[in-house]
Amino acid sequence: MIEVRDLRREFTRTRKLGRFRRERTRVVAVDGVDLAVAAGEAVGYVGPNGAGKSTTIKVLTGVLVPTAGHVRVCGVDPARQRRELARRIGVVFGQRSQLWWDLPLAESFDLLRAVYRVPAADYARRRAECVELLELGPFLATPVRQLSLGQRMRGEITAALLHGPELLVLDEPTIGLDLESKERLREFLAELHTSRGTTVLLTTHDLDDIERLCPRLVVIDRGRVLADGPLDALRAEVSPERVLVVDLERPPAAPLDDLPGVVSVRAELGGLRQHLSFRRADTTAAALIAAVAGRAAVHDLSVEEPEIDEVVRRLYARR
Amino acid sequence: MRAYARLALAGFRRHSIYRGAMFAGLATNVVFGVIRMTVLVAAVSAAGPIAGYDTATSAVYVWLGQGLLAFVVLWGDTHLAERVRTGDVVVDLYRPWHLQAALFAEDVGRAGFAVLVRLVPPVALGALLFPFRWPDPVVLPLFAVSAVLALATSFAVRFLLNASTFWLLENRGLLSVYNVLTPVLCGLAVPLDFFPGWARDALWSTPFPAMIQAPIDVFLERGSPWAVLAHQAFWAAALAALGYFVLLRAMRKVVVQGG
Ligand SMILES: Nc1ncnc2c1ncn2[C@@H]1O[C@H](COP(=O)(O)OP(=O)(O)OP(=O)(O)O)[C@@H](O)[C@H]1O
Ligand SMILES: [Mg+2]
Repeated sequence: MIEVRDLRREFTRTRKLGRFRRERTRVVAVDGVDLAVAAGEAVGYVGPNGAGKSTTIKVLTGVLVPTAGHVRVCGVDPARQRRELARRIGVVFGQRSQLWWDLPLAESFDLLRAVYRVPAADYARRRAECVELLELGPFLATPVRQLSLGQRMRGEITAALLHGPELLVLDEPTIGLDLESKERLREFLAELHTSRGTTVLLTTHDLDDIERLCPRLVVIDRGRVLADGPLDALRAEVSPERVLVVDLERPPAAPLDDLPGVVSVRAELGGLRQHLSFRRADTTAAALIAAVAGRAAVHDLSVEEPEIDEVVRRLYARR
Repeated sequence: MRAYARLALAGFRRHSIYRGAMFAGLATNVVFGVIRMTVLVAAVSAAGPIAGYDTATSAVYVWLGQGLLAFVVLWGDTHLAERVRTGDVVVDLYRPWHLQAALFAEDVGRAGFAVLVRLVPPVALGALLFPFRWPDPVVLPLFAVSAVLALATSFAVRFLLNASTFWLLENRGLLSVYNVLTPVLCGLAVPLDFFPGWARDALWSTPFPAMIQAPIDVFLERGSPWAVLAHQAFWAAALAALGYFVLLRAMRKVVVQGG
């Protein structure tokens, strides 16, 4: 669905030095990115501010011409066949509106239907589906400029889906939304991905979006890909250790650091709570739990994985 | 084609929402019309007709000019320029349309609404309150064609002004020069026939008269309407073609602002 090889995009930044003198500097926003996304995948594209995420997305949608590199989206070259591509992909830029500001929401939808030449039956079905799932009914007749951010964003997503795109590209769709709106949007997108098989590429700074929606994560920084793979694999890669936390009935007779696979132990509450760090490679949580149970009566337990934020932080730190 | 028709309709709808602004504009427009009328009538009644303009001809010139001024947005618009500056133009660039054609369609819709509230009322007022020189009815369809060509020319000029922001980012300087010169160059300030022959000829070799003086001349049956229409059609087409290439170039080299 997406095929990017060695993508590079530079910008020239001009700085005024005097009345007529200018200084030009080159900024490399995207510096040799490779990305392959198969049909039906959902990929999270993350990176710190200025990493080059939006630039990549603009290149993928044909808005920006790449400086160098090979780009194919839905089998076409975005910069050359922008209009053909536009009919096949849906795009949402969280910080921009694609709706007509002064018209009612419903009229924007009708206009988009004409612009994308969507057959009447398909349009009616898709629109009804979105209106129901995103609960748009109450403000279809409201001018877009009067909508709240969350309401508008639901309208934006609908606008991107009316022509039934194969690929949905979202640049920070949850920016500025409250927890409930975010959750509702994620639920909708997850449903879209699993039941309709729409391929999704999403950038975000809220890693819960990724956790919820994207089995695969691509991390970029300063225009380069730092990591690319399933979230679980990346987690294992950056933090080979996991932590088993056990609450015991009474403190153990002897320290637990000699259990097989255990790397280090930290005791709390006078020994009643034990944090056992172990390597994934050396033992499993199940084996370790059995071993602990053999030494002391276990009251409660949990296995701690690093949070996604922690994973990404460590990936950034790796550069 | 249907998509562009729908966009034109949306342009009409969007502007009909701002009815209040349209009527306020109309009021100012009429006041200025009365002032211009007074000055011009004073001149032609003191010295006798100037370059063929008597009182009735002057009334047509003034009131048609006042109406056309808003119909073609003579002072320029900054819709696209603003979108380029803020980066919102990304949205316009990933649509399956030709941006220039889409914007023209919206402008046609806007102009359609302007006919109702900005063109017809001042002309009707002028015709009611002053001696007014109506043309032979067969001229009216030619006038309509001429007005559409005036709109097309003005759109092409405005599109180029707006597109300059792809390179300049800040085109306000350009726009203010444009605003100072255009009323004189296009025949709004004084009829171009008042100028000495060489100046008039020089101006008619530019696109400016196509926006105001041309439709007025067709209405007043001054000279051959066909020559006037040909002048307008030439400039509308030439400037639209220029806009087409400028946009092509802009999309190749240009940078879209903002994350
Ligand atoms: N129009 C432009 N002119 C000059 N430099 C630009 C332009 N657009 C982007 N850049 C630069 O390119 C780099 C990447 O920007 P980009 O918008 O792709 O980042 P991002 O990953 O989307 O960041 P964020 O998370 O803040 O949205 C930044 O250093 C930015 O300053
Ligand atoms: Mg961004």
